[in-house]
Amino acid sequence: MIRLLASFALGSLFGVGLLVSQMTNPAKVLAFLDVTGDWDPSLAFVMGGALVVTLLGYKLVLGRSKPVLAGKFRLPQRTDIDARLVGGASLFGVGWGLAGLCPGPALASLLFGGVSAAAFTTAMIVTMFITRRF
Amino acid sequence: MTDFTPISATIGGGMIGLAAVLLMATLGRIAGISGIVGGLADSDDRDWRLAFLVGLVATPALVGLSQPELMRSEFSVSLPLVVLAGVVVGLGTTLGSGCTSGHGVCGNARLSIRSLIATLAFMATGVATTFLVRHVIGGAS
Repeated sequence: MIRLLASFALGSLFGVGLLVSQMTNPAKVLAFLDVTGDWDPSLAFVMGGALVVTLLGYKLVLGRSKPVLAGKFRLPQRTDIDARLVGGASLFGVGWGLAGLCPGPALASLLFGGVSAAAFTTAMIVTMFITRRF
Repeated sequence: MTDFTPISATIGGGMIGLAAVLLMATLGRIAGISGIVGGLADSDDRDWRLAFLVGLVATPALVGLSQPELMRSEFSVSLPLVVLAGVVVGLGTTLGSGCTSGHGVCGNARLSIRSLIATLAFMATGVATTFLVRHVIGGAS
């Protein structure tokens, strides 16, 4: 039970971080990606802030023998660069640049983003589930 | 256009980072949203994923009730294009094993070369797509 409460609380913190930084607003994300337009560099500060905290925090946490509420750390082991990684990430960027939403903000804005946020999130999740079957 | 908001951006980013660090410290998991969602399809540990996602979906809307100015969601493309974008994001993040959070934050924080390459790739195509949509297809706006 404590695992699930912790997970709920951290999903909440993650979502509120997206809300506070306004990454839940596609216009804000597109204003970052539109480097030749009226550029809004805010997203770089969101990424930078998150990255610095995570970099330092992971150094402390991953030095321990195991997580507090689980048996072991589950870290990706792969180090190879293949076409699936580069092609997939490139495709992801196309969708991101088209609508201004990525998976976290799509979910965090689901209850107030109207039909567009709901349609994006539904299409995204259905496609994820189908793609994982292959 | 939107205003440059470095302070709220850095604070919000710090909250995202803190959530990622604490998820690793408690459950030993990477805070990659596409991975957490995708795992609902075929993993045997759906419980913590669902709990995380309920918080991610519900809490921002609850906080927004007292801060309505934060609940802005402005789309600039038509609904069919929004759906197409959702499909492309779902496909791309699954094939590429991550998104802005999994690769962009957690992977880069672990100094993963795969995540660095993925981040450079989606940033490049994101910028290129926005440029095409706004300045080539849509005219200067």
